[in-house]
Amino acid sequence: MQRRSFGQMIGAGAAISALPSLARQAQAADPLKVGFIYLGPVGDFGWTYQHDGARKEAVAKYGDAIKTTIVENVPEGPDSEKVIADLANSGHKLIFTTSFGYMNYTLNVAKRFPGVFFEHATGYKRAANVSTYNIRFYQARYVQGVIAGKLSKSGVAGYVGSIPVPEVVQGMNAFLLGMQSINPKATLKFIMVNSWYDPPKEADATKALIDQGCDIITQHTDSPAPLQAAASRGIKGFGQSTDMAKFADTTQLTASVDLWGPYYIKRIGDVLAGTWKSTDTWGGFDSGLLGMSPFTNMPADVAALAASTEADIKSGKNKVFVGPLVDQAGASKLAAGAVMDDGALSGMQWLVQGIQGKLG
Amino acid sequence: MFSLQPRGYVSQFWSWGSPILALLLTAAIAGAIFAFMGRPPLLTVYTFLISPLFAPEGLANLAIKAAPLILMGVGLSLAYKANVWNIGTEGQFTLGAIFGGGAALALPDATSWAVFPAVLIAGITGGMLYALIVAWLRTAFNANEILTSLMLAYIAQYLLIYLVTGPWRDPMGFGYPQTAMFSDTADGPRVIEATNLHFGIIAAPVIAILAWWILGKTSFGFQLRVLGQAPRAARFAGFSENRLVWLSMAISGGLAGLAGVFEVTGTQGQLTTTISPGYGFTAIIVAFLGRLNPAGIIPAGLLLALTYLGGDAAQINLGMSNAITGIFQGILLFCLLGADVLILYRIKWRKSAGARA
Repeated sequence: MQRRSFGQMIGAGAAISALPSLARQAQAADPLKVGFIYLGPVGDFGWTYQHDGARKEAVAKYGDAIKTTIVENVPEGPDSEKVIADLANSGHKLIFTTSFGYMNYTLNVAKRFPGVFFEHATGYKRAANVSTYNIRFYQARYVQGVIAGKLSKSGVAGYVGSIPVPEVVQGMNAFLLGMQSINPKATLKFIMVNSWYDPPKEADATKALIDQGCDIITQHTDSPAPLQAAASRGIKGFGQSTDMAKFADTTQLTASVDLWGPYYIKRIGDVLAGTWKSTDTWGGFDSGLLGMSPFTNMPADVAALAASTEADIKSGKNKVFVGPLVDQAGASKLAAGAVMDDGALSGMQWLVQGIQGKLG
Repeated sequence: MFSLQPRGYVSQFWSWGSPILALLLTAAIAGAIFAFMGRPPLLTVYTFLISPLFAPEGLANLAIKAAPLILMGVGLSLAYKANVWNIGTEGQFTLGAIFGGGAALALPDATSWAVFPAVLIAGITGGMLYALIVAWLRTAFNANEILTSLMLAYIAQYLLIYLVTGPWRDPMGFGYPQTAMFSDTADGPRVIEATNLHFGIIAAPVIAILAWWILGKTSFGFQLRVLGQAPRAARFAGFSENRLVWLSMAISGGLAGLAGVFEVTGTQGQLTTTISPGYGFTAIIVAFLGRLNPAGIIPAGLLLALTYLGGDAAQINLGMSNAITGIFQGILLFCLLGADVLILYRIKWRKSAGARA
């Protein structure tokens, strides 16, 4: 499902149902102040843009019952602790910190403000007043891999990596597993640009991968630069976080789309209702947190296969990380038929056979 | 058209009046920009410059931000007095963080009281050695230190990225670009327990006062000032220019290294790819705003630290972009340099070339 259509749906739904009671409530009490800490500027695409779009969905839903504050361009360092504390000090009762690097700083502030609820994206440390939430991005990677398996002639795909955290490692492995489900000999090359957003480096990495024989490109970085670089070489690619078709309409095959809206609406609702609890959420296609933009620039049969793969993952028929899994050195990592558990998945630091190159 | 004519004297009053005038002008221009953006100018200026002081923990945050600015501003004021234009304190700050952080990482289990001083000394050494590359290039090859120190700042940033994404990456850190956490011993003591108030906030003003005394009361300070004001006279008096280049680079680099190691041990407890929001470059504004006088550096450092806090306050309370921190700093330096020009020169209007013909 596309982000925009989803947003319209939420907006329409809110207008019909939820608002009358909430509007009355808002007049009676002060609005709930909700803070958001962003890594980048909101911009027009990418990670922070998706979080801000989700925030707007929540604003559309709850109207005057909430008041949101955003702080953008917050570096993942001690300054973030200060900014999070600033939000807590200025009466924000629910604070979303939307990047992994805020983890320890979020927990530090949470300790000092036991009456404030914190939501940290993509981390793994929780507390009584700190929840974590994340998306199973690897599910979309697998669908991309299936498409790549169908379309790649050389059988070599290129992955513009960001930082080799488990999320990115899962993405590389899932992509190649999807590709190998079509072409067992498929291989994957990758380059880590050591940043989530660095358009010149992303473009350079894309060109280097293409020069090394990759004939399809996917990216775990935030800008449309890899798609545009691929377009200049006549190579197809996949968008990241946001539907990037407007930047590369003849190049993008599909994009994995982050849909934080349902989560933000639910958690804000929990605080309004007084039922907030510390939880650990890791949602995929089935939770509505992950979507794919339309399958374009590919034959109809490939698009149909991609859609059915997405449906299988959504229904739980395809669990993506299913044995037998073998690492680069040929060692068995998962027995045939077994399904990898979330614990092993969330600490993943090994690469499946067929990926060329080493992690950091 | 107009031309600038030297006044031939420097007004003592205006040399201290100009930073205050520049600050008022900056507030006025910033207010005009805010008004142009459709914001209430007085409220915005108040939020940006005053409200952070009254926020909870506002003064603690101010001290933490001001410490590196003051330490580096003091070093720069000594160098600039001697006409040595070290623009690369950001790089020397980074090398201080790398050397100090490296020492902390090398001593993960040591609990001796000597660990923290050793970490600080390593940091000072890192910043100093890096600055001495600039001194060497200047004295051996007459390479312009403005260019070399600035370029080395970028190299330092890439060295840091290389280390934390490569050999120094925390093996238990899930691949994230960061080193292991330093030990509590290596992080050093706190002025107030369980806060980020590291001893850099004490060291900065103490060193500033010490530097003020050295510059004003010692023969070395005298040499620095003479070299800056009258290089020819300095040579006749037998002061070695090269020696002063080495010394002033060593001091400004060493203090930048000290600022870097205080920052990473005091607030961060590990190395990551981003350790500074541009303190090294902001310290240049601090040095000029403080009139290249270590005693003036203290209020100047506090003011520039305030602009960092103000950027956050404007974002949280008014929904404005924190880019206004950079805009404010830029306007301030521009107004200050403009006012300084008018201290040394008077404007003389003359008829345009067209009218003369």
